[in-house]
Amino acid sequence: MQEIVDATIENIAVSQRANLEVFSGTLQHLARTDRDIIVVTSDSRGSGKLVPFGQQFPEQIIEVGIAEQNLVGVAAGLASAGKKVFAVSPACFLTARALEQIKNDVAYSDNPVKLIGISAGVSYGALGSTHHSLHDFAVLRTIHNLIVVAPADNFETAQAIQLAAESDVPVYIRFGKKQMPLLSEEEKTFEFGKGRIVREGSDITLVGTGETVAPALLAAEKLEQEHHISARVVSMHTIKPLDYALLQKIAATGQPIITVEEHSVFGGLGEACASFLIQNNFCNRFKIIGIPDEYTVTGSQTEIFNHYGISEGGIAAAALGLLS
Amino acid sequence: MLKVMSEKELAQKSVEYRKKILKYIYQAKAGHTGGSLSCIDILNVLYNYTMNVDAGHFDSPDRDRYIQSKGHTVEALYVVLASRGFFPETDLDTLCQYQSHYIGHPTRKVRGVEQNTGALGHGLSLSVGTAIAGKLDKRDYRVFTVLGDGELPEGSNWEAALSASHYKLDNLCAILDKNTLQISGPTSAVCNTDPVDEKFEAFGWAVRHVDGHNIGELMDAFDALPFENGKPSLIIAHTVKGKGVSYMENQLKWHHGVPDTQQYADAIQELDELEVTLA
Repeated sequence: MQEIVDATIENIAVSQRANLEVFSGTLQHLARTDRDIIVVTSDSRGSGKLVPFGQQFPEQIIEVGIAEQNLVGVAAGLASAGKKVFAVSPACFLTARALEQIKNDVAYSDNPVKLIGISAGVSYGALGSTHHSLHDFAVLRTIHNLIVVAPADNFETAQAIQLAAESDVPVYIRFGKKQMPLLSEEEKTFEFGKGRIVREGSDITLVGTGETVAPALLAAEKLEQEHHISARVVSMHTIKPLDYALLQKIAATGQPIITVEEHSVFGGLGEACASFLIQNNFCNRFKIIGIPDEYTVTGSQTEIFNHYGISEGGIAAAALGLLS
Repeated sequence: MLKVMSEKELAQKSVEYRKKILKYIYQAKAGHTGGSLSCIDILNVLYNYTMNVDAGHFDSPDRDRYIQSKGHTVEALYVVLASRGFFPETDLDTLCQYQSHYIGHPTRKVRGVEQNTGALGHGLSLSVGTAIAGKLDKRDYRVFTVLGDGELPEGSNWEAALSASHYKLDNLCAILDKNTLQISGPTSAVCNTDPVDEKFEAFGWAVRHVDGHNIGELMDAFDALPFENGKPSLIIAHTVKGKGVSYMENQLKWHHGVPDTQQYADAIQELDELEVTLA
């Protein structure tokens, strides 16, 4: 039997574990005092680190087998009866196979399901493109009545899960399974739709989301040390609704802006920012870093990141290019 | 509280509903005529005899739930909800009109509607989730869903059918409106799902057949729920697409055909004559 971690927010924030583990720990923490917390899985309790949850709260976990459409439909039915439902499945299957259920049963019918996309982006690495979710931001952004979130570190993940549990609107939260460093000791506020400035800077702004904020932070430090360039780093954990106020503030400085995401360069964070900027007459130099329009190179998540420049060196080089 | 109708009153009500379905489809110049007429007797018995739900207590956590999986026959649902006082029937004058809430598929913007449906193959999963919640909360409510035979090839139905028996949802009843026609032709020719009773039985359901236009048989079947303790129930209602209007019955063109003025008058006359015989 796996050890059941007492996932208080305090020990999560400094633990630097995988966001996936923080998710499951937070859920256990919440379920202890709230019998309405229900997890629905599609043979995903192991990959969702939910075995301890199932052992501790056997009446609060519903297994539907490998059937993602049913997963989301059942979750919506449970939510309609007042349950606080977390539908947990790999992001690739959840957001493609069950897209119509997300659209109709959750968002359109306004059943406040919390859709949890585990092992998101290229977390599955060399398992290949069937298991990658590089489309989810793009498709889910177009669905009305759905908050889309990619927490960067353990703190953001714990906060996002807690906020989602109490949310009366549907939420999609996606994360990976790699250990993540804590981004900021100082910035301890978290709210859906409000980006977090995790590093201040005056020459350029790097806007990341999810697990790309960490390499953006490394790139900022490299730029400072090697080139005396001061880079601000933002964790734009909420893709929708996007923090337009923060974007406007950044754009008004005239700084170049680079967005970084573990997603196709089409339709994700970068294009969402670009759309806002250009329609509000901002002409900042601008670059989108993400996965280009191709099925990815074979490799681990880190190798894929490095290959496409979602890395300390790649982001720093892009910054130098934009500033030259 | 529900004033339970007698079999005779229900039979009269069905004729009234059929006339209203035709009226609002004729006015709107849009609607799913044939399927609304095939499922209306089922909805009539559910809302006026079987289900514990009423407009005054629609927020009650103990209410019985109805989720219409074959959402396109929304006109049948709207006229029943209006007659049960969920909204003024005059609202239906706006059916499918610009800016109306009364769109061509069920929407929760209309009071009394539990879930937004219309894409096929969704109602059963929603019903399974709602029924599981009832079991978890130890509430006595039941969940009813009407499926169309044309939507059964959607794989999500069978995913949901598995979960329903896995979780022993004897508080769930699906009614199959088996009118045997879909937009492209006979359901058996488009994608044969027979023997559908054996398929559901193999999936762990308890199954009964009824004449879906025989009020007494429908009442008896609903009275007998659950058919087996620990199993979800399926009522296979053998129905006629376009039932009640002789020139529409079993005619594919009336899947979403809209009567012209003369056709509308002929249909109403036929139903008026039937009404007299039932008085």
